[in-house]
Amino acid sequence: MSEPKLKLEDLRRRLSGLNGPQYWRSLEELAGTDEFKAYVEEEFPNRTPDWNDPGSRRRFFKLMGASMALAGLAACTKQPREAIVPYVRQPEEVTPGKPMFYATSMTSAGIATGVLAESHLGRPTKIEGNPDHPASLGATDIFMQASVLTLYDPDRSQAVLKDGFINSWGNFLTAISGARDVSDLKKGEGFRILTGTVTSPTLAEQIQQFLTTYPNARWHQWDPCGRHSEFAGSTATFGGNWNTIYRFDRAARVVSLDADFLAPTMPGSLRYTREYSTRRSRAADDPSVEAPRLYVAESVPSITGGMAEHRFRMRSADVEQFADSLLSGSGGKREQAIMKDLEAHRGASIVIAGEFQPPRVHAIAHALNRRLGNVGNTVYYTDRVEARPVDQLASLGSLTADMRGGQVETLLILGGNPAYDAPDDLDFLTALKHVKLRAHVGLFHNETSEWCHWHVPEAHYLESWSDARAWDGTASIVQPLIDPMYQGRTPHDVLNVLNKKADQNSHDTVRAYWQKQHPGKDFDDFWRICLHDGVVAGTAFPEKNAPEPKIPERSTGGTLAPTDLEVVFRPDPSIGDGAFSNNAWLQELPKQPNKMTWENAIWISPRTAQRLSLETGDVVDLRVAGRTLRGACWVQPGHADESLTLHLGYGRRRSGRISNGIGFNAYLLRTTNAMAHNHGASVTRVSRGYGFANTQITQTMEERDPFRAGTFAEYHKNPEFASPPEDHVPPGMTLFPMWSYPDHKWGMSIDLTACTGCNACMVACQSENNIAIVGKEQVAMGRHMNWIRVDRYFSGDLDDPKMYFQPVPCMHCENALCELVCPVAATVHSKEGLNEMVYNRCVGTRYCSNNCPYKVRRFNFFLFSDWQTPSLWGLRNPDVSVRSRGVMEKCSYCVQRIERAKIEAEEDNNRPLKDGEIVTACQQACPAHAIVFGDINNPKSEVTRLKKLKRNYLLLEDLNTRPRTTYLARLRNPNPEIEKDA
Amino acid sequence: MAQIFHRSANSVAKVSIVAAVVLLSGIVWAAYKINAGSFNTDVEVAKDQPVPFSHKHHVTDDGIDCRYCHTTVETSPFAGIPATEICMSCHSQIWNNAEILEPVRSSWRTGQSLDWTRVHDLPDFVYFNHSIHVNKGIGCSTCHGRIDQMPLTYKVNTLYMQWCVNCHRNPAQYIRPKDQVFNMAYEYPSNQEELGKRLVAENKVQSLTDCVTCHR
Repeated sequence: MSEPKLKLEDLRRRLSGLNGPQYWRSLEELAGTDEFKAYVEEEFPNRTPDWNDPGSRRRFFKLMGASMALAGLAACTKQPREAIVPYVRQPEEVTPGKPMFYATSMTSAGIATGVLAESHLGRPTKIEGNPDHPASLGATDIFMQASVLTLYDPDRSQAVLKDGFINSWGNFLTAISGARDVSDLKKGEGFRILTGTVTSPTLAEQIQQFLTTYPNARWHQWDPCGRHSEFAGSTATFGGNWNTIYRFDRAARVVSLDADFLAPTMPGSLRYTREYSTRRSRAADDPSVEAPRLYVAESVPSITGGMAEHRFRMRSADVEQFADSLLSGSGGKREQAIMKDLEAHRGASIVIAGEFQPPRVHAIAHALNRRLGNVGNTVYYTDRVEARPVDQLASLGSLTADMRGGQVETLLILGGNPAYDAPDDLDFLTALKHVKLRAHVGLFHNETSEWCHWHVPEAHYLESWSDARAWDGTASIVQPLIDPMYQGRTPHDVLNVLNKKADQNSHDTVRAYWQKQHPGKDFDDFWRICLHDGVVAGTAFPEKNAPEPKIPERSTGGTLAPTDLEVVFRPDPSIGDGAFSNNAWLQELPKQPNKMTWENAIWISPRTAQRLSLETGDVVDLRVAGRTLRGACWVQPGHADESLTLHLGYGRRRSGRISNGIGFNAYLLRTTNAMAHNHGASVTRVSRGYGFANTQITQTMEERDPFRAGTFAEYHKNPEFASPPEDHVPPGMTLFPMWSYPDHKWGMSIDLTACTGCNACMVACQSENNIAIVGKEQVAMGRHMNWIRVDRYFSGDLDDPKMYFQPVPCMHCENALCELVCPVAATVHSKEGLNEMVYNRCVGTRYCSNNCPYKVRRFNFFLFSDWQTPSLWGLRNPDVSVRSRGVMEKCSYCVQRIERAKIEAEEDNNRPLKDGEIVTACQQACPAHAIVFGDINNPKSEVTRLKKLKRNYLLLEDLNTRPRTTYLARLRNPNPEIEKDA
Repeated sequence: MAQIFHRSANSVAKVSIVAAVVLLSGIVWAAYKINAGSFNTDVEVAKDQPVPFSHKHHVTDDGIDCRYCHTTVETSPFAGIPATEICMSCHSQIWNNAEILEPVRSSWRTGQSLDWTRVHDLPDFVYFNHSIHVNKGIGCSTCHGRIDQMPLTYKVNTLYMQWCVNCHRNPAQYIRPKDQVFNMAYEYPSNQEELGKRLVAENKVQSLTDCVTCHR
């Protein structure tokens, strides 16, 4: 066996010998192998083969001659004819050249979040959060931002298919009505509908109407990563259906039992992030606010774990034991210290259990909240938001059993992909084949629809009329921004067919439902207000008194043996449960916290990797419960020992050109009795050296200290710890004249205490600025194009490091190094201090990128922008150039938004710009309010206030670049009883 | 040893040096002329349009204001090309049988838009905003010329960056009182230098020469 490349034991010893915070970015950097050094010394690595070609002098001249000739000829093209196509009848409210915003809602596993969709002459181009919607408050997550790309996805299903051949809606209508009429003889017997989680009141009513007419028909629901355990937990604890809502703004102490409540897979996460993060950053500078303290027990390093003061690494299966010892007070010093802390904050703490923990852990969390007096203060209960809450696992189980038993004659699947994501032991596909008539309505022609007789393209939510409820019950109307591009149908249309109302469209259906709820004469006004605001006022569920919690008996029979290797299933941090797998923005989004793109991996802790003699890039056969899966390993610092994490959503066979055949399908190991984790796994290495495409490892820190963190106590004692005065570079320490900025002076402040590392800013920037994707091979060469990246830092111990995240856009330096070296003045300084990038001047020398100490400049090595696919043309922001090959690009501080706001203010009687009028795309998306942009010349602006805080610091200040983007140091609030122990 | 070159080679050499200079300058001159001339810029070249629309007739003969058709010129980056509906507001009554207007009527009947050819076509990396120029006192005719006298529409300026920047560096040369913006026959007074300076101050006109003013 060959020697592993990284000697983890050496690294561990080296780290333990060091004092104070030591930051590191990757195991490879820490090891400092020659191979790694060579890799990062290249500005864009893996490029050397291009230059080591044994090219002859003759070949050189041939190529140079050809390029000169082409350069000359290319400049000689005449401008092509361009058309102007006006409206025939221009809609009254449309002003060509100005975008309009419409309020609608996007659902994720059935739960709605309000959005404002930007429309340019009828093309939706960008998604923003709806500030009036309680689940959004103006913020967005990665899935919402990326959903607009799915709308234009050229791989979306585009036609009604019968047995794989193009057919028509009319014929489908005949077929499904025929099946309904046949089943009518037996009152609907044999007719089944399978949906995802339904919160839409209208759809629920339609289905109910169908079930009333055909009482023997059945409705099943299935979402692979829905709220199964949370639902089972509330049933087990309270004997009924209860929905739990948390108020993090009121919580000084939070214990998360494997709950990743800051990640977008958690319903209400945007609201929770806003409440939790703003409390943290307020506590830093407002002594009247107590700094929150977060304890997280988890196996997989998550962004919530990154925010935690104390992160307890343990196998997922061991969390129950941990929760038990909190409840009983029987645990060690650590558990007792936590309980003491919680008791000291009665009514101001939260215990939250994660979806991937068994119902009993949820019950313990409910009981602890009750005991700590949190119920009614930081935690409250309402009715469930699902229209018909069911145990989805049982629901899908009974469907497959009935299918296998031949009791199902017609199955209508409305959305979803059960043939891919159902638990493997149900063997959904085999069961499906017993059904006589199978019909699938979905956005994609996928693994399920390929086995269905009929497939009908579904309308995207930006093409649909519908309604849905948010995590707190608030109802909102989903309104379309564009007619369905491929004659897509909504579930309402299909249900109308079943209910013999085929001529009623979904708009009329939804409107009719709400007219019944609001029968007054003022319904038209009510309806317009609902559409305008994006919420139906007063529909949030009222707080209800839950009964006394009961904790079910422990069923798993004892704890896991210490060496029992566990397998944990999680939705992928970037593409979720697989519904977004064909979304290239999300595929290329570096997953937190391992920064991997374009595939999944088997995450393993350094210690377990050592025990099993595995290292990153080893391909293994993973065996658990008689099932085998092949995948490549990734050694992840911070991961629980004796635990392996598999992310769901990959290994798609039939999804689209983006996602087919990448990664492995972890659903193949997931079974009904082990939906969250299983144990007793074993691994066998098959081969070595599998290459991943990660973004973080392409740069090094070079002994510098880009990340500054301390505790609240340290900060109050020594406010200047992050930026000591002796480090400051006095102005004027440069050979060049200082710029003067008489009008505006744009700047940005990024609060690392608030930032959770959720990546929403990255996708928002991609969408706003027409940023191209490059593919796995190019990412591996360091050629990804993101204008803002979220760097991850580790600090301390190799096995259990602290994790930190730092968003890095262009710094817009006042002494910008890039500007000095551009031979063609393609990057220059503006009067307002913007570091301008002029694409049409750029000749691609890449000197600027070479000279940029922050490495925020990205180069178009090839024609990365897709100019060929017509469906993607509609997606682009018309206010930003689509870059071509050979051009450098970088963050512009969303200059298109600056210019638009300036022009609007000047046209409005030359009024001065208001603070907060200009919002960059990253700032607008940020659920944590971590990014603030504004005019530093305005002494009253928020950004000026933030930059004056003592914890403000400059990235690489000693280079005297005088960056306009500055950071507020990260503050932690550790428990002294635990920290000194550690 | 015999001479390699004949004595006449001296004259040939001298002449060819001059000839080379003349030839090279000729090429440069020709390239410049082609680049800046109508061949390349389409200045004063009327484009084929679905309907041979005459601004001269509509503006000068009929006295229709620019904003009757270009509705968004004061409020939006895009001046607005009239919807078929605007054409039909008159042409359903007058000239409603004219063969020349058949494309307009056909558009109205079928709902298919008219497909005009852009006359003032900026490159895609340039972001021009009509409303701010109009609101600051830059007249239509300053850039578009005497469009009220054009039977067929053509552009009178190259729209080269040099041309834009000429005004952006010193807007006082071309600014006019706001109430004169839509006056096609406006002539700059003899005291334009003085008036321009005053208007620039009054309207808070800035000399914007940052790249991002137009390139984003």
